[in-house]
Amino acid sequence: MIEIRWHGRGGQGAKTASLLLADAAFNTGKYIQGFPEYGPERMGAPITAYNRISDTPIRVHSNIYEPDYVVVVDDTLLEAVDVTNGLKEDGAILINTNKKPEQLLEHLNGYKGKIYTIDATKISMECIKANFPNTAMLSAIVKITGIMTKEQLLKDMRDSFKHKFARKPEVIEPNMQAVERAYDEVTGGNE
Amino acid sequence: MAIRERLSGNEAVATAMKQINPDTVAAYPITPSTEVPQYFSNFVANGEVDTEFIAVESEHSAMSACIGASAAGGRVMSATSSQGLAYMFEMLYVAAGMRLPITLICGNRALSAPLNIHNDHSDSMGVRDAGFIQLYCENNQEAYDNTIMAVKIAEKASIPVMVCYDGFITSHSVENIMLLETEEVKKFVGERNPVQYLLDDERNISMGPMDLQKYYFEHRKQLADAMRGAKDIIKEVSDEFYKLTGRKYDLYENYMMDDAEIGIVVLNSTAGTAKDAVDKLRKEGVKAGLIKPRAFRPLPYNEIPEALKNVKALAILDKCDSVNGYAAPLFTELTSAMFSKGVIIPTVNYIYGLGGVDVKVNDILDVFDNLKNIAKNGKIEKTTYYLGMEN
Repeated sequence: MIEIRWHGRGGQGAKTASLLLADAAFNTGKYIQGFPEYGPERMGAPITAYNRISDTPIRVHSNIYEPDYVVVVDDTLLEAVDVTNGLKEDGAILINTNKKPEQLLEHLNGYKGKIYTIDATKISMECIKANFPNTAMLSAIVKITGIMTKEQLLKDMRDSFKHKFARKPEVIEPNMQAVERAYDEVTGGNE
Repeated sequence: MAIRERLSGNEAVATAMKQINPDTVAAYPITPSTEVPQYFSNFVANGEVDTEFIAVESEHSAMSACIGASAAGGRVMSATSSQGLAYMFEMLYVAAGMRLPITLICGNRALSAPLNIHNDHSDSMGVRDAGFIQLYCENNQEAYDNTIMAVKIAEKASIPVMVCYDGFITSHSVENIMLLETEEVKKFVGERNPVQYLLDDERNISMGPMDLQKYYFEHRKQLADAMRGAKDIIKEVSDEFYKLTGRKYDLYENYMMDDAEIGIVVLNSTAGTAKDAVDKLRKEGVKAGLIKPRAFRPLPYNEIPEALKNVKALAILDKCDSVNGYAAPLFTELTSAMFSKGVIIPTVNYIYGLGGVDVKVNDILDVFDNLKNIAKNGKIEKTTYYLGMEN
């Protein structure tokens, strides 16, 4: 079973991204869970969301304390939240930032696992012309976890967007561009 | 053909309601069950159901409208949580006393004060003596299945049914689920055929008038007898559902209990977490087991004591508190049933997770650790623990 914890700020779509990831994994035949931790619901407040992805039915219904992967949708959270808490050392952290991993180390509590970065905000601004980094982050974490191929992801996301944006089809292509670019531009890990 | 889907608990329940297509739904929104009437009102607006949806001004009115519509002869559903259920209290007794087969969805949530929107079972446990059948659900699949079965159970027993599942943990979590085809659901639930109803123009009756002493006692006894008889109806409907879906339901679920030396009893989503704890202990050679009551009303007062009679130590977990200076309802009722059946086992009560405090596999392992000691010593130090609050 793969366990993923998302850190974002209210309004950035971390919850939506976790649900889209659950959708994507579901479509590959897996058992999934996608759930947010509800706290004070206000724009900008730190929020947490979770995914479990498994080949067998999932029965546990607690939050995730020892994730395999952590996704940070907003790098200003690094100073506010202990994002690597419990993160497995053979796992990885993915951060939306325009900084290099070396510049972030001081906020990662000496985390020894793999560190990936992507400038999802830039990708979002350039492709979607608005700050919705979640689809780019989703694409990057799919690549890192290897839960599906790029072709599967692109097909799956197109189907999701067609459904989600049925009333504003003009945003489907920009979102697809963001997905494709994020998949190619995520860096870090062993490189 | 079963449909493989992924839905939140609230979506799953709303989908079941859509497939049931009841005559009337009357509801007032309250977190965390708000989405149920929200999704359902979309189905109404889109013409996917032909239900009369009544957007009432309070939960008291919601249950009142349900009572009227059910007495008129309709198939009726509603959904609520927490303060909403508390506000319905008066009308719940009327629904049950009038023997109206209403299905009420309860997304379990804590009661104020302090204000809290998260999950525990204070709400449904607080109305446990209202005369409703209560079915508890571990996950989205069970919430969906029990909603479908509830309609049939209610109408066969002439008793309203409450379907309880954990707020947020189940209501807002997306999980895999197997859905039935709508035609299969429609065939399973059939049509409601009330023996008597207000809109029967060939037979003028009144319903719900005053009873003087003797009649009142007789009617209450009839309700109590019907609740006793509901055990067989629940089993019968569950057997029929098993034949349709392959998913087996009883009054309770027995998980690794047959040869268990230590066991716990727990409701709803925590039962899933506890099954992982049981598996972990079994791998270490510890004979742990679990009982998950599905029906709390009617209480399986024969069946559960029989299923756990061979353990050396038992913990009964309650996600609510009676604040009676002693212990919580699942514990007091099951230990009373055990005593009546002559099943005398060292048994402790754990009150856990109030206001949505997260319960991990390790928390359940802590309970089992205590049970190992109790099993070894054969006696208990104290009756009631507050999980995670003992240090």
